[in-house]
Amino acid sequence: MSCHSESTEKPNNRKNGKKLTIALAGNANVGKSVIFNQLTGSNQIIGNWPGKTVDRAEGSLCFENHEISVIDLPGIYSFSTFSLEEVVSREYIAKEKPDIVINVLDASVLERNLFFTLQLIEMNAPLVLCLNQIDIAKKKGMIIDKQKLEKALGVPVVLTIATRGEGLYELIESAVKVATKDTKRKKINYHKDLETRIEKLTQLIETEKIDLEYPSRWIAIKLLEGDTEIIKLVKSKSAKIVDISYILSQELSTIHDEPCFSIIASERYAYASMITSSAIKQNEVKNTFSEKLDWVTTHKVFGYFIAIGVITGLLLWTFIVGDFLSGLISEGLSFIEPLDPQISGPIVSIIWNGIFNGFVAGVTLVIPFVIPFYFLLAMIEDSGILTRVAFMMDSIMHKIGLHGKALIPLILGYGCSVPAIHACKIMESRRERLLAAFAITFAPCAARTLVILGLVGVFLGPIWALTLYAVDLILIFLLGKIAMKVVPGKSTGLIMEMHSFKVPSLSVVSKQTWTRTKSIIFMVFPIYIIGSAIVQALYALDLLTPISNVMSPLTVTWLGLPAITGILLILGVVRKEFILLGAVAIFGTTNLLGPFNPVQLITLALVAMLYIPCLSTIIILIKEFGWKAATTISIANIISAIIIGGLAYRLLEIIL
Amino acid sequence: MEDYLKVVHKISREEEVASTTKISKALRVAPASVTEMLKKLAEKDYVKYSPYHGTTLTKKGLKIAEKTARKHRLLERFLHDVLKIDNIKVHEQACEMEHTLSDDAEESLCRFLKHPDSCPDDGKIIPPCDLKISSCAECVQLHKRGLEEVGKHKQNLISINKLKDGQFGKISFIRGGHKVLQRLLDMGLTPGTRISVLRVAPLGGPVVLAVRSSKLAIGNGIAKKVFVEIEE
Repeated sequence: MSCHSESTEKPNNRKNGKKLTIALAGNANVGKSVIFNQLTGSNQIIGNWPGKTVDRAEGSLCFENHEISVIDLPGIYSFSTFSLEEVVSREYIAKEKPDIVINVLDASVLERNLFFTLQLIEMNAPLVLCLNQIDIAKKKGMIIDKQKLEKALGVPVVLTIATRGEGLYELIESAVKVATKDTKRKKINYHKDLETRIEKLTQLIETEKIDLEYPSRWIAIKLLEGDTEIIKLVKSKSAKIVDISYILSQELSTIHDEPCFSIIASERYAYASMITSSAIKQNEVKNTFSEKLDWVTTHKVFGYFIAIGVITGLLLWTFIVGDFLSGLISEGLSFIEPLDPQISGPIVSIIWNGIFNGFVAGVTLVIPFVIPFYFLLAMIEDSGILTRVAFMMDSIMHKIGLHGKALIPLILGYGCSVPAIHACKIMESRRERLLAAFAITFAPCAARTLVILGLVGVFLGPIWALTLYAVDLILIFLLGKIAMKVVPGKSTGLIMEMHSFKVPSLSVVSKQTWTRTKSIIFMVFPIYIIGSAIVQALYALDLLTPISNVMSPLTVTWLGLPAITGILLILGVVRKEFILLGAVAIFGTTNLLGPFNPVQLITLALVAMLYIPCLSTIIILIKEFGWKAATTISIANIISAIIIGGLAYRLLEIIL
Repeated sequence: MEDYLKVVHKISREEEVASTTKISKALRVAPASVTEMLKKLAEKDYVKYSPYHGTTLTKKGLKIAEKTARKHRLLERFLHDVLKIDNIKVHEQACEMEHTLSDDAEESLCRFLKHPDSCPDDGKIIPPCDLKISSCAECVQLHKRGLEEVGKHKQNLISINKLKDGQFGKISFIRGGHKVLQRLLDMGLTPGTRISVLRVAPLGGPVVLAVRSSKLAIGNGIAKKVFVEIEE
């Protein structure tokens, strides 16, 4: 339905049209983002993760004579101030006053969703209800009486199946109608004890004539709930109102023997429950396929099999497909320009080689690893399997202070750290994201695997390579545990909705894959290209030798490596494969057992694995967590590499 | 007497009924005196005792046993967290003190320690108090006005992480601060709501609840703060 697509809409006529703003609001994972994509044709991340869309997504469409901009608000369950998403949403609705708020609801979980709808009504938002996923509701044996729902809430209701585009035309039509005609809004009357006090407070707020941007009734309710932000806001204008609200809420909690915020939440749910039971007829249904799937995927034996299956599947997919494609691409591109770092010859040619290598690094990352992984991840997410895997793995992940959801970025880390850290967004708190990102910087990504295989696997056999892999896993676990103790704060518990299984929609999945890939491309390419050109130029101008000399006490004395490794390690900051490729170029031989002895090879591989996140990883760490966290993580990496490398060297000297 | 109930509680949780021999071993008392005491307790309706079958707690007995366990674990927390007494030593000390701690002191201790949820030495859950309240926020609020007017729970409460697949319950108490409570309320776990447990993940993992026609996975850390009255 975007202005530029050949859809069924009448030709737009902007001159006579009116500009409208639509906000999409609702719980997490009800299909808001799908509707957003369908309406605007723009890209946006959607998935089965509760609380996913944190960023504000905006798009536009033309409908009849109207130019409509659509804003997708984050998926939330309430308007308390516990998360940033909730604050963002309520401030947007109250202050920016969109012409219409489309409240998207999961029709199969109506009661929970109506809890939020009631709060939107309290905010006096111009509402249209969009009951989405009615196909799933139908499968669960629910028959929804649209008229009854409309009457009970006093707002228009539209039934949709967003993934198939069903009902969306009607949705916009009724949204535009509500926005252009001033319809009278129905007030929800709560239980008498509560209602009289809300009324009293509302009137007081109105007679005091304080300008608060929020509707008076909503302010009154929030004051009774004891919302600290609103109390602060009102106090700055009139302390009297706050005092009275306190007395009123005390009265209420005396009557009901419950704190006031709990009374109000219970009251909303009671109301939602009443509406639901009158508007939905529940038929008995046989155990649906989705239910059976749910039973199996959360079973204490089969569940683990499936979880492990999904994880290994994801890993194998990344490695097999990734390796295959990356080999193909490298081979193809190496005809244009040699892919080993060029270290002698004219400076222009060296820089060109650096640029080209950086470009190749980007291509061989994005096409073979990022796209296939993101695609499969989106499928797993969209279908709902991921939620079950997170459920099964929760207790294990708790050991390193993370919950089940963190598993996904960690798996991704086996492919590449950059998208993995990007994917940490699926967790709610910054602390959890940070801990997961930290663990990821140690994960054996594709590049590290190459170094391990190239330095150790080839010359010393697969056993040693596997040992290094195992050591790495143990390290992730141990360092994760240490980080958990060091990073302040407590891990928040897991509360996540287990949505019904559904067949993932290809268009949804591909859009999501592309959106994610795009953000990686924009970040990774410039860094690879510039970084690799600069490092090679530095090397060619012989500016790296002094640095490697400075590093020699560390590399030579402590780690027992040849002095030249200093240079290799610097090259490797751009791209870890350069440690291997650089060694080959510098020594001019593919048999590294000459210049290095076995102990040195293992130590070098170990250090290479741990010593620092590569440049693009550091950049994404900065982007997601800021300079301080990125620096701390990098330093933690360097320190653990030095300590473990040195110890390993001494230990290996004895063994070998 | 409380010690008897405690021991019966502990044994019967592990193996359905507590045999006299086991009780006598655990308490280091002669079997004859154990039998005598059990008979007395049965008369007062604290235990169900049959000579050959063994002993189980009645509802009334269970309540006292839970209350004693609560006092015991709260005291352990206090000794450990506030007085900084070593983990290994707190148990014995708490065993002595639990019998003399009054109910008022127990409530104050709970508030003072900010409603802890498990004891320091073996991580067992501290049973909730028997006040007729639905959250700790309420307890704090009521305390300001004097607690006398509050009734007491008759039912025994159990935390949802202890429920088994397929069990039903009615939410009656949520432990912890405002934040946890608000999050749970927002998700529909208001006091009085009926829930059923669909799945309990092994290894102390999360619990899947059916609540208000939706499914909710709740991590163990939060699940142990939510207490229900069991419905069969």
